[in-house]
Amino acid sequence: MTAPRLELSHVTKRFGDVVACDDVALSVQPGEIHAVLGENGAGKSTLMKVIYGALRPDAGEMRWNGEPVALQSPHQARELGIAMVFQHFSLFDTLTVAENVWLGQAPGRPLQAVREGIRRTGETYGLELDPERPVHVLSVGERQRVEIVRALLGEPRLLILDEPTSVLTPQAVERLFTTLRKLAATGCSILYISHKLDEIRALCHRCTVLRAGRVTGTCDPTRETNASLSRLMIGREPPRLTQRAPRPGEVALRVHDLHLPRPDRFGTSLAGIDLTVRTGEVVGIAGVSGNGQQELLAALSGEDPRADAGAVQLLGAPIGRKGASARRKLGLHFVPEERLGRGAVPTLTLAANLLLTRHEALRRLGFIDRRALRSQAEGIIGRFRVATSGPAAVARSLSGGNLQKYIVGREIDAVPRVLIVAQPTWGVDVGASAQIRAELLALADAGCAVLVVSEDLDELFEISDRMYVIARGRLSPSIDTHQATVEQIGEWMSGLWPAPAAEVIP
Amino acid sequence: MIRLEVRSTPSRLASALSPLAALLFTVAVAGLIFWALGKDPVRGLKVFLWEPLHGTRGLTELGLKATPLTLCALGLTVCFRSNVWNIGAEGQYLMGAIGGGGLALWFTNAGLDVGRWGFFPLLLLAGALAGAAWAAVVALLRDRFNASEILVSLMLVYVANLFLTWLVFGPWKDPKGFNFPQTTSFAAFTEVPRLVPGMRLHLGYPVALLLAVAVWVFMFRTHRGLQLQVGGPAPLAARYAGFSARAALWMVLLGSGALAGVAGAFEAAGPMGQLTPHVSMGYGFTAIIVAFVGRLHPLGAVLSSLLLAVFVIGGELAQSRIGLPAALSGIFQGVLLFSLLACDTLINHRVRWGGSRGR
Repeated sequence: MTAPRLELSHVTKRFGDVVACDDVALSVQPGEIHAVLGENGAGKSTLMKVIYGALRPDAGEMRWNGEPVALQSPHQARELGIAMVFQHFSLFDTLTVAENVWLGQAPGRPLQAVREGIRRTGETYGLELDPERPVHVLSVGERQRVEIVRALLGEPRLLILDEPTSVLTPQAVERLFTTLRKLAATGCSILYISHKLDEIRALCHRCTVLRAGRVTGTCDPTRETNASLSRLMIGREPPRLTQRAPRPGEVALRVHDLHLPRPDRFGTSLAGIDLTVRTGEVVGIAGVSGNGQQELLAALSGEDPRADAGAVQLLGAPIGRKGASARRKLGLHFVPEERLGRGAVPTLTLAANLLLTRHEALRRLGFIDRRALRSQAEGIIGRFRVATSGPAAVARSLSGGNLQKYIVGREIDAVPRVLIVAQPTWGVDVGASAQIRAELLALADAGCAVLVVSEDLDELFEISDRMYVIARGRLSPSIDTHQATVEQIGEWMSGLWPAPAAEVIP
Repeated sequence: MIRLEVRSTPSRLASALSPLAALLFTVAVAGLIFWALGKDPVRGLKVFLWEPLHGTRGLTELGLKATPLTLCALGLTVCFRSNVWNIGAEGQYLMGAIGGGGLALWFTNAGLDVGRWGFFPLLLLAGALAGAAWAAVVALLRDRFNASEILVSLMLVYVANLFLTWLVFGPWKDPKGFNFPQTTSFAAFTEVPRLVPGMRLHLGYPVALLLAVAVWVFMFRTHRGLQLQVGGPAPLAARYAGFSARAALWMVLLGSGALAGVAGAFEAAGPMGQLTPHVSMGYGFTAIIVAFVGRLHPLGAVLSSLLLAVFVIGGELAQSRIGLPAALSGIFQGVLLFSLLACDTLINHRVRWGGSRGR
């Protein structure tokens, strides 16, 4: 038997008092697709950074093709043939896609060759990218594609992928899986980090499960069930949402024939968007990122007030030209995709961050009643079980999931008439995701109209009553979730839906 | 090769002590410079840092110099926190001096005695309006044409300076002034009320202290103040919340212009009693250092303006007592700012020596 491509034993990494990886063992064979499964915060990312040479372990050994190695830097890891696609991107905003990829290449390679490489890789793996676009105009999903392409151009012997499918259509996920299988067949090993159980069972040969920094099991995922994997991952069955019977009421949010030229050269223009959300229902918008979601959300939230007044209506009132805070006063609340820097100011306390969208603690002349503000923040922290030291904690000190719970909580607590949520559970762990989804459903049951824009199809199928699909700035007709299939929605995500005449609004 | 890595949790204690460390470093550099110039470092430092604090006269003079520094720095603190880089407080100060001085001149020439307490609010208003008007040019160009407020505000300093020079050499020149570039001395009632008999310290300083408290309350206890502070570090969050970036731009520029203008008016009608081309000693520029040394905090600015006032007075004393060049005060101010920024960099980053390049 040949030596494993990669073998870790007794790897431990501490950050202060926190043990991120505790005595971890991991072994990957050549050509093996190996899943690393765990919740956010389980230590997956730390472990990958150790393998990639970005972090040095406090204890333990790493062997590469049987030889012990002590990586000093990612540079050294890349020389061995280890490539990584990070969950958090390392791209220069002001440079184009091609220039970013070029920077990671061996010196002396002409930019033109890199451009062609990007196009070729994009076609092969279904990762379409315009090499000439600057990175700052790309959506989160598109940026991740740049990272994947960049890694693949180096022809690695071990490819580490950190949650790579969150930005792909189901068809593209299938295509990626096909490619990954091909890649594995050539002898390249793949470490596939995910918390999506179905994907791991469909793709991976073996699976190492982490919980709280420790390995809780190694198994053959094809022989496991979602329930058994979930038990290894979180120590219990995945939380189930109760089925609800939607009772749609009056139209709360109506978008009629919304046209909006793109805000800059690289945005997406919106064309003829028709959308209705009634009180008491949860409506989802599916789509691959970069197809107009950002533009539509900005037009709905009021961050972009360029629409015709009547093109966006809130409870019958035209609001297309109103700004974000005017719309909020009328009962339209919004949870943006980016938590730090948009949904919350990183350097301000949780209490102060309430004042972005909530004005209950303001007194005459705009004076802040600090006691009222603190108790308001405490209320939200308690009600939504946000793990934090308290209202005085600055926003950036919270984990992504906890900050998201706080921001969603802040908007739900306002008792909105319409709540628009973008990527409610992006990068949020399983427990917190379930909680956020349950809160959204409860809000709809209480008579709020909820619109969820997400790239996570499973999530949309789980919580929405109806779905639309956005593709190239156009919106599909709506379809009842229980009539829809993943394949159909996947097709629609490429822009192939039946003619508008087929539209039926229930 | 030297690399800087961002520290995940910068020490709060170090951040609070950083101005002190910067001051110690500046004192050390000052001692070295005295020594290099062939002066006794101990005597030099004593003249520079100790004598300004000596006796009633020293302390009142300190307050006098701290007055324009505090006022200008308060406005800049709000500007810098809102990511509006107004570095032309000097120009707004000069226009305030022209506005306040012009009003005093007009009242003097008209022989219209309204009394000290009657004139004081008018003076305040004239200075504030003139300074705000000058800053409004910056706001307008930035708002309408997206012109860099850094360049515009700086260049307007020179325009204001030339305007003042033209006035005192031309239309406002004292006809009985032996052709000196200065206006007639203002009437006694236009003078800012003094606080200590025989000393030049005037009502402007308590007003500046009150305004510092007011700015603090505004920044940290009102919704408007919070809105300004969101726009700087997190413009997307400001847009998400619906806070107007334009309103913030206008508000901070008009506010800081008004504060600098008041400082100029106080100086013209206070210790000067007339307008000359030398109504400012670079207070508007020194205030930039005051604002940063004060950690962009209104109450910090009160303390750091006293420190920089020591530098200003110490520079004058070092010039007259031990014959050191006037530029020395500016050098020390620069060293102080530089070492403060260096301290902050080291607090927020960790220096790594050598090692291979990471991604």
